[in-house]
Amino acid sequence: MTALLSIDDVSKRFGAVTAVDRLSLDIMENEFFALLGASGSGKTTLLRMLAGFETPDAGAIHLDGADISRVPPNRRPVNLMFQSYALFPHMTVEGNIAYGLEMERLPRSEIASRVAEIMEITELAPMARRKPDQLSGGQRQRVALARALVKRPRLLLLDEPLGALDKKLRAAMQLELKRLQHEVGITFIVVTHDQEEALVMADRVAILKDGRLLQCGTPHEVYEHPANRFAADFIGVMNFIEEGGRTLAVRPERLHLFPDRADRTVEGRVTARAYHGLDLQLHVATPLSPKPLLVRLTANAADRRPVAEGDIVTLGWNEADTRHFND
Amino acid sequence: MADRSPATRRSLAALLVAVFAFLYIPIVTLVALSFNEGGMPTAWTGFSVKWYSALMANRDILSAAINTLIVAVISTAIAAVLGTLLALGIETRRRKGRALEALVFAPMIIPDIVLAIALLSFFSLLKVPMGLHTIILSHVVFNLAFVSAVVRARLKSFDWSVTEASADLGAPAFTTFRRVTLPLILPAVIAGALLAFTLSVDEFIIAFFTAGAGRASTTLPMQIFAMIRFGVTPEINALATLVMIVSVTALTLSQRLNKGVLAP
Repeated sequence: MTALLSIDDVSKRFGAVTAVDRLSLDIMENEFFALLGASGSGKTTLLRMLAGFETPDAGAIHLDGADISRVPPNRRPVNLMFQSYALFPHMTVEGNIAYGLEMERLPRSEIASRVAEIMEITELAPMARRKPDQLSGGQRQRVALARALVKRPRLLLLDEPLGALDKKLRAAMQLELKRLQHEVGITFIVVTHDQEEALVMADRVAILKDGRLLQCGTPHEVYEHPANRFAADFIGVMNFIEEGGRTLAVRPERLHLFPDRADRTVEGRVTARAYHGLDLQLHVATPLSPKPLLVRLTANAADRRPVAEGDIVTLGWNEADTRHFND
Repeated sequence: MADRSPATRRSLAALLVAVFAFLYIPIVTLVALSFNEGGMPTAWTGFSVKWYSALMANRDILSAAINTLIVAVISTAIAAVLGTLLALGIETRRRKGRALEALVFAPMIIPDIVLAIALLSFFSLLKVPMGLHTIILSHVVFNLAFVSAVVRARLKSFDWSVTEASADLGAPAFTTFRRVTLPLILPAVIAGALLAFTLSVDEFIIAFFTAGAGRASTTLPMQIFAMIRFGVTPEINALATLVMIVSVTALTLSQRLNKGVLAP
């Protein structure tokens, strides 16, 4: 399978700062891809290069085999959904969505039917004649999405698409975006700093740090087999145990209280206990690390082995569930 | 506030009334006298609009009024276009714009008399024959500064991501300007233009210096100045009232528009 988008050894500097540093990535057709990184990781600069607002200093970006590195934004079959949404405040919802099609000089009837269709999919039809300032945050987000999708781009870029929404709406929209992507069959690249969002939505995740690619893989790969200590720490929660110059990493949910079924065990004292409904989280102080180990027990396991703060427990885990890093 | 004695409060209120009286009694008197039938400032002999009719019959005043409108409309139109472009240029190139910024504001700060002498010397040096066209050019100089100041104030809070969105959706640069940037800053452009218009309508010094010799390029303020040498006539009161109405209307509109712009 050939890549839809191929980012080849791309660098971008702003003065003394190297925002993107010799980065290479291939993104496949119909993929839901996430660029994950903290602020300053270069993810937004990379996105802006894909949209055409920045030009790479070195390297090339190919879309469908053609070099688009120097093609201006208005001539790329790529659309961007802005973090701020950037809706046109003087146009109605309908006007905002139709704008991109008018730029393609399509016949009026086709514009009308495509706008109507996308407003149906994104459930915006009832507010077609409203202005952006008469919409809620969630509705504005959908207008921004519809405005980009209606162009049927080869590639849709989404800059922190759910960043401005509240937590509950965000969780619902994560699945909604995924469903939409499936429905329209367009390749999505999402930029996010929220690792949970990346894991939930994306087919593949690329972790960026200081303009470099740390790791790229499926959510399962990056979660279970982090390439290095930073990736392990950045995605999810990780316990680190220093052992003979090496670092051993184990996820809180891989620690348990049934030592008879474990390759390794350690005794410790429960220093804190937090009930989350879905699970029970314990801090267990052990001689293995200066910080207490975090343990997540499922509701089931917690019922079978009740623990209280101050209890001495024996933690167990399996070698197969640990990762080793040499830093 | 609360610890001020009633006496202090009373005297402050009296001061306020005195200041406002000082500001507005002359203007109210002027307007009242323009409707005084007898025309004498000493006695009110009845309401009449005859001085306004006399105004309409005065060829000198009419031609001066037309000249003023020509100067104000043309110089405002030129300044609106150039001032808007200038404001956009400065705001989109902020880092290099510092020195440019100061240069743009200069005509607002330099005393009119200095600007007038400078422009007169400039036109003489280049041997440009003077007339309405030189007044227009001179008015463009300061109108440009006011338009660009108003437009720039609007651009400070402008969300430039909408212009990127427009490009992203396939619009070439000029289409983005026409369909997105201009409609969003238009209230500020009109507000700036109205402000420029009022300044141009009652501008005297610069027009006086750059009008040249002939009567053909006399503007309204110059005409009033010429008439006043023979004393303040009721006709002048009527004329001044009309000029004031035009200015106040334009300024009020300008401020209304600007408020609309500044509201989120």
